[in-house]
This record gives sequence, C-alpha cells and structure tokens, in this order.
Amino acid sequence: MLLEVSALHKTFDSGDGPLAVLRGVSLGLGSGQSLALTGESGSGKSTLLHLIGGLDRPDSGSIRVDGVEIASLGDQALAALRRGTLGLVFQQFNLIPSLDVAANLAFQARLASRHDPGFVAYLAERLGLSALMKRYPENLSGGQQQRVAIGRTLAARPKLVLADEPTGNLDEATGDGVLALMLELVAETGAGLLLVTHSPRLAARCNGQLNLAHGVVT
Amino acid sequence: MRGLVVLGALASHWRRHPVQLAMLLLGLSLATGLWTGVQAINAEARASYSRAAQTLAGDRLNRIVPQDGGWIAQADYIALRRAGWQVSPILEGEYRIGPVRVRLLGIDPVTLPRQAQMVPEMASDLSALAGARKTLYAAPETAERLGQGLVAAPGLPVGVVVTDIGEAQRRLGLEGRISRLILAAEQPLGIPDLATLVRGVAVRAPDASGDMARLTDSFHLNLTAFGMLAFLVGLFIVQSAIGLAFEQRRAMVRTLRAMGMPLLGLMVVMISELVGLALVAGLIGVAMGYGVARELLPGVSATLRGLYGAEVAGGLDLPAVWWLWGLLIAVAGTLAAAALHLVQVWRLPLLNTAKVGGRVAGMARLLWLQGAASLVCAALALGLLLFGQGLLSGFGVLAGLILSAAAGLPVVLAGLLALARRMARGALAEWFWADTQAQLPGLSLALVALMLALATNLGVGTMVSSFRQTFVGWLDQRMAAELYVTTRTEAEAASVADWLKTRADAVLPILTVETQLYGAPGEVFGVIDHSTYHDNWPLLQQSAGVWQAVAAGEGALINEQLHYRQHLALGDLVVLPAGWSVPVVGIYSDYGNPMAQVIVGSAVLAAHFPDVSGLRMGVRVAPARAQALAEDLRETFGLPVRNVVDQSSIKAVSLQVFERTFGVTAALNGLTLGVAGVAMFASLLTLAAGRLAQLAPVWAMGMTRGALARAEFARSLLLAGLAMLMALPVGLGLAWVLLNVVNVEAFGWRLPMYLFPLDWLRLAAFGLIAAAIAAAIPVRRLARIAPSTLLKVFANAS
Repeated sequence: MLLEVSALHKTFDSGDGPLAVLRGVSLGLGSGQSLALTGESGSGKSTLLHLIGGLDRPDSGSIRVDGVEIASLGDQALAALRRGTLGLVFQQFNLIPSLDVAANLAFQARLASRHDPGFVAYLAERLGLSALMKRYPENLSGGQQQRVAIGRTLAARPKLVLADEPTGNLDEATGDGVLALMLELVAETGAGLLLVTHSPRLAARCNGQLNLAHGVVT
Repeated sequence: MRGLVVLGALASHWRRHPVQLAMLLLGLSLATGLWTGVQAINAEARASYSRAAQTLAGDRLNRIVPQDGGWIAQADYIALRRAGWQVSPILEGEYRIGPVRVRLLGIDPVTLPRQAQMVPEMASDLSALAGARKTLYAAPETAERLGQGLVAAPGLPVGVVVTDIGEAQRRLGLEGRISRLILAAEQPLGIPDLATLVRGVAVRAPDASGDMARLTDSFHLNLTAFGMLAFLVGLFIVQSAIGLAFEQRRAMVRTLRAMGMPLLGLMVVMISELVGLALVAGLIGVAMGYGVARELLPGVSATLRGLYGAEVAGGLDLPAVWWLWGLLIAVAGTLAAAALHLVQVWRLPLLNTAKVGGRVAGMARLLWLQGAASLVCAALALGLLLFGQGLLSGFGVLAGLILSAAAGLPVVLAGLLALARRMARGALAEWFWADTQAQLPGLSLALVALMLALATNLGVGTMVSSFRQTFVGWLDQRMAAELYVTTRTEAEAASVADWLKTRADAVLPILTVETQLYGAPGEVFGVIDHSTYHDNWPLLQQSAGVWQAVAAGEGALINEQLHYRQHLALGDLVVLPAGWSVPVVGIYSDYGNPMAQVIVGSAVLAAHFPDVSGLRMGVRVAPARAQALAEDLRETFGLPVRNVVDQSSIKAVSLQVFERTFGVTAALNGLTLGVAGVAMFASLLTLAAGRLAQLAPVWAMGMTRGALARAEFARSLLLAGLAMLMALPVGLGLAWVLLNVVNVEAFGWRLPMYLFPLDWLRLAAFGLIAAAIAAAIPVRRLARIAPSTLLKVFANAS
C-alpha cells in the first residue's frame, strides 16, 4: 500500500475553544490508483491533505507513506519526503513568480536531483505549454498556471501526488480539461493520486471516492 | 547542488525587480561609503598625530621639562652636560615663514640621541660646513608648500621645520633658552642627582599617543558620530529593500519548503545571498568611501589646523585592512538590517494559518513596545543631562534623544492618524485615513530616517548658525581698531608710533610673548589702558575694575579655553612662565584659537619679558580715513601691503577660516540628508509594488486612477510633513545639547543659542520636495496603470 492512514485526529484552537477537524479518519491508497476526497467546506479535507503531505502534524493516529510512518519524522526527514516521494498541487498554483515557465517546470525535479530535460519537454508538450516556455507566471491565464503547477509536480516523478482542489480557481470547462490531463499523466507515471474536490462530477472520474463530514469519513 | 538551485530561484527575484536590487545596493554602498570615508579620515589624522608624537623620539625617550612651563636656561644645560648627564637641548616655537605658521624645532645634532635622529643628512651637513647650521629642513610636502630654500627631509612630520638650535634661538628671538632636554636611554653610572644640579625641572615620561591625539579626540568622535548616523540612515534603505523582497518572496519560501527544501538549508542559502550582495555593495561602498575621504580631507585638515593647530597630511592610503574592514561593515550592516526578516522566515509557518486579527494585534504590540522604548531612552537622556559629566555623557544625551525620537515617531504618527480617522466624515475620507494607517508600518523606517536626517540637519545647522552669529558679533567687538600694523624692527615700530601720534586718534601697542602655559603652547598679550578695550573687548565674566587691575599689573584676563581646561575662575591665580602668578580678573571668549591665552598690562609684561616683541600695533582712526592712512603708512615707511591690514580684511579672512572649519560638517550633513531622501524613495517605490491589491477594489468601486494617484501623493507629503514637524523639537533639542554640553567639553567654548525660523522653512521645503520627488515615480505609474493590470488583482484573487 502506497498510503495508509488510520485513526487520524487533529484539533485546532478556534478562539471559541478547541475545534476537532479530524476525528479518527482512516483510508488507504495503492500505487497507480486515484482517490477523490469530497466534502463540504470545513469538513477537514485540506487538513487531511496537509497532514499526509507533512505540512502539519496530527494530534494522534498514523500516516504511512510508502511504508514510512511520517508522524514521527523530524523536519529534515519530512522535507526529504516531500522532495523525494510526494508531489503537491495547490489551488493557488504557487508558481515561483520570478522564474519563467521552463524554469518552473524543471524546478522541483532539480531540487529532487531527478531532472530529466526530455521528460520535462514531453510534459510541456502534453500540457500544451511548449509555446509558453519563456513566459512568466504573471503573463499566464489561471488554466495555464495550473498546468505548469501540475507539470512541475509530475516532472519530479513523485510516488504520490496530493492535489488540493487543483481546479478550484478555474472555470468548469478549463477545470475539466486540466483534471483529465492530470489523471492521464498520473496514470502514465504510475503514481498514486489523492484529490481533494468539492465537485461530485470530478470525483466520479477517480478510481475511488471518500466523503468527509465534520471530520469523519461517511 | 540543491542550495544552488534554490539560490538561483531566490536570485531570480532580483532579476525581475532590478529597481529593488539597485536600491539595496545603493543604500548599502552609501552607508558603507560614508562610514568608511569618515574612518579613513580619522585613520589618516591619527597616523599624522602618531608621526608627530614620534618626533625626536617623544614616544620613546624621557624628557627634562621646566615645571612652570617656561624655559630651561642654557647655563643649566651646560651644567648637566658637565656633570655627565647625556642630554640634548630642544627649542620649540611657533614661527612664521611667509604667510604660513609652522612648528620650528631647534636641535643639536651632535648631542641628539641616535633614536631621536630624524634628519640623518643634518649631522653630516653640520660637520662639513658651518653655514649648514642655518639650513631649515622640512617634510617634502611642507618644504614644497613653503619654498624659501627649505631642504626636504622625508622623515619629518608635516608642518614641522627643523634647524640647528642656535639658528632656532635666533629666529624665535629666544637666545639662551631651551624648551626641554631629551634624555638618552642610557646614562652613565654615578652622575649627580638632577635636583642638585638644576632647580624647577622635572623628568617627564615618553608619550605614545601625543597631546594632539588627546586634544582632537572630541573632533574625531564628532566625525565618527556623523559617520555612524549616515551609516544607520543608509541601513534604513537596506532594511526597506530587503523587507519588501522578503515580503514578496514569502509565498516562494512556503512553496520551496513545501517542495522539500529544509528550513535550515533555506536560511543558509538566504544568508549566503545577502552576504554576496553585501560584498558587492561593500566593494562599491569602500571605493565611494575613498572618494568621500579624498574630497573631505583637505577640509578636515583645515579644520584641525584652525581649531587645534594640528597638522594632517593631505595624502590618503588605502591599506588592505581598510578594504576588509569596509566589507565587514557592509556584511554586518546587511545582516543587521535583515535580521528581523530572517527571524520571520525562520518562524514562518509552512501553512498560512495565522489567526484573523493577528497582524493587527502584532502592530499594536509593536507600537506599545516602541512607545515604551522611546520613554526609556528619553529618561536615560534626561538622567545623563542632569547627572552625567564629560564628553561621553554629552554624546549619551544626544544618542538618547535621537533614539527616543526614532522610537517615538511611529507612535506619534499612529496616534495622529487614529485621531484623524475618528474625525473623518465621508467614505472616501475614512478610507484615506484607514489606508494611511495601514501604510504606516511599511513607511515607518523611511520616515524615521527622514526625521533623523532633518533633525540632525536642523540641530547642527542651528549650532553652526548660532556659532556664526556669535563669532561675527565677537569679531566686530574684538577687531575694534581700524588698522593693524606690523613693523619690521623695534626702531621702525617707534617711528611709526611717533608718526601716527598726530594722524590717528590712538595707537594701541600689541605686545606678544609666545610661551608655554600649563605645559602647552600659549600666548601672553600686553595691552595698555584704553577705552577701546573697556568699550569693546567681549568679557564673559569680570571682577569690578577689571581694566584698571590689568593696566596696574594686578590682574590678568584669560581666554575661555584656559578657563575650562585648567578650571581657572575669577580670583584664582594664573601661573605664567618664570614663576610669575597673577589673579584672574576677567574671562573672555576667544573663538577659533587652539591655544591658551592671557592678557596682562603691557608694562608688567615688558618688565617680565624685556625682549618682548613690540612690532605690532592697532590704530584707531575714523573709518572713513582708514584706507588713506593705510596707504600713507605704506608709502612713508615702505611697509609691504600685508603689514598694514584694515579691520574688514582681517574679518573676511577670519570668516573664511570659519566657513572652511564647518565645511566638513555641512558636507556630511548634506550627504546624510541625501541618503534619507533615497531611503524615502526606496520605501515608497517598494511599497507601491504591493499597493495594487489594496487600490484595485477602490478603483473598481468608482474612484479614478488619477484620484487614487493624487491621494497617494497627498499621503506621502502628509507623512513627510508630520516627520518634519517632529524633527523640529528634536533638532532644537540636539542643538541645545550640542551648544551647552558637547561644545563646551569638546572645544572649550559655550555659545548662546539663536533660532533661525527661515532655515526651518527652507529645510521643511527640502523635506517636502524630497518626499514629492520620491513619491512622483510610483504615483505617476499608478496614474497611468492599465485597467487590465488592475483587473488581474481580481482575476488572480485567491
């Protein structure tokens, strides 16, 4: 199993007292599989993704990525995990504004010491970015920026891709196109995909679905 | 490898924001340049003092000096030599060669200890030719300046002329007199005790630093303080540029960490980037510092010569250690300016989960802290003012005042803006004040820099102008005689005085003795009892019947320098050479003179110094007749033009010396103000980059781009105006401390403080113009911004 999550708990201090965001969440995901995580705003989807991505720490429970228990890892080891095993795609794209498209696409792969110019060129071609390589993020549309973000993640050949509402900032048609491309490419690279989305329509395109409500899987 | 990849990503920010990079490099270069420039000047001056202290091995060999500060008789020297003492005579005095005053040293090359030999060629010349005893030797620079057949001797310090002691005695009119005796390091065993051979002398230990270094310490401290202030103002620019870069790269930092860059590694890369930039700017800054030092050194030399009689060589060395020191200062300054931002990056959460209101609460906390710091600094300044003593305490008061104002400005501005917001009527006015409040944290540092530069300018300007006004008034009183005549011989002096009896209202002989007073060079003047002195001579303190006491030889006037240095008050005895003591009956101001000075009656002076020079005299005549009388004098006695000088010429020369003296201060003042202007520009330009997100919604709601630009412009002028208002009391406070505390300790003069409101208006106009220029570029850009750019704010809103 590529990802195993069990009995995960996370509570935040809301100012009006503690707020339990995740209450005993468990799930599993194999290599080459895709799982959609749905639920209303505030249901705990993004929190769960952040915990799996090593961006935050759970109060209790277990997260195993590629056989490694990450809850007990230190900051350095978590950074190495994000660099070598995981790939994150955010709703806000988070491209590096001062680098052009070509440099952004290659950036994470270079950071992980897995830069393959041929593969980057292939991804650029598949993502329809070949003509935009010298442009800077500020000169791209939202859809183009998200395609660069997806290409940047996949260029590093991660084992597990974590995508947090990657089409949330895009219109329906553009979002559909981008997601279809991402599913296709993830399948090509053999990575697992955990996709957080509001949309039942998009969730239906994954191998599996999981709904979160008030911090528990329903 | 990974570090290089991240460094490349971070550095790409500068490629996309070249103006930010330019501001960072400019700020750092200016800061380093001004600091290293001042340090270079100080180093050069100290090297000159050290060379002067080494003259005749003064830093290594003991000396025998007269205890009363007067002279050693030649007979005493001969007695010591006959008794076996290995001593060598030195005569030292001020001597005029053409228009230049030099330090004339008479030595005996035959008996001079080996360690004290400065002019090796002198000994051989003297043994070869008797005529060589009249040769004058000087440093090549001095020899070239003076001409007059001086022989260049590279081992001598600037401003010193060396000759045989017999020749020196003749030229100085001090036959049979010796200033001190140099003791050879090794003395024969069994020689008689010094006290049994000569009375009234003492052995003095070598002095490594030299009197001049001590005397000028305060001046160099002043320069250093200015250099430090300019450096700090420059760092405000650096802080501003780095702050914006960090702010704009905050998302990049989060992304890099999300991609797996460890925090520690990221910090190392960011610090490396800063150090790299600091080294580049440091190199530029050190080169600029050299330029600043080269430009200012002649002025500094003139100041030191005018104030203290200290000679500083005009050349400037650039030792490797100076370059290294400059680079180190640049790196340290950059890291200090970036420290807060680096801590913020270190504490930046990976996820943006900050609580709503956290930023507002943080700003309020910061204001409280700044307010508390301001009060603590003000209390410290007040404590030092009331209970502190000495120059360092004076500088402590200045530092406390400056820091208190710097910490207090954001608090005062925040208070004023909050008040304005409460009083605002209408949506736009409310938005304007609220938006200005929101801009304040980003602009605070630049406003503090501007306020400090304006306050320093105002403070130092008030001091210099007060000094100038006092000085001009003092000159008018002191230079009461319409003509000043210098004759060439005593006989000529008598003839001139006789000739003037029927042609002038009064002739005032001026008797002068150049001597040692309390171990330092000084002057004793002899004056007659005349209403010119009663009516005009500016006295700071006086006893009853002061002039009668002076004329009768029962009292002396001392200058303010002697009063402060030796703590001599009215009624105390002032000790003059040859065991002569007179009660102090008056203290007079004597600006611009480095030496101690005493005035006694001319008769009593002539009695104690039968050889006193009586070649000079003041002539009272109706001003309208002065010019014609001067021409008659020159024609009748064949006197050179410069030997008959009218009052206005002397005043003009004195004022010229004064202006040159404060030229350095004015230059540093101007540079600091320029740097502050750049700081303001840097802050506004960098803030403008982040303004779109705040302005676009207001634009979308119906405000035109032009109206937005005008509001931005008004905001800049308003904040600069408020900084100027705050600078006024701070600057006047600085001036008061400079005049009443620092000046007295540093120069020995207390000056009245005058106010110059026109100068304030001029400075305010400068501050507003600087703010307007600084705001012009970002405002112009905003007024012309394409609507599509503003729309992007909404298109990319997240």
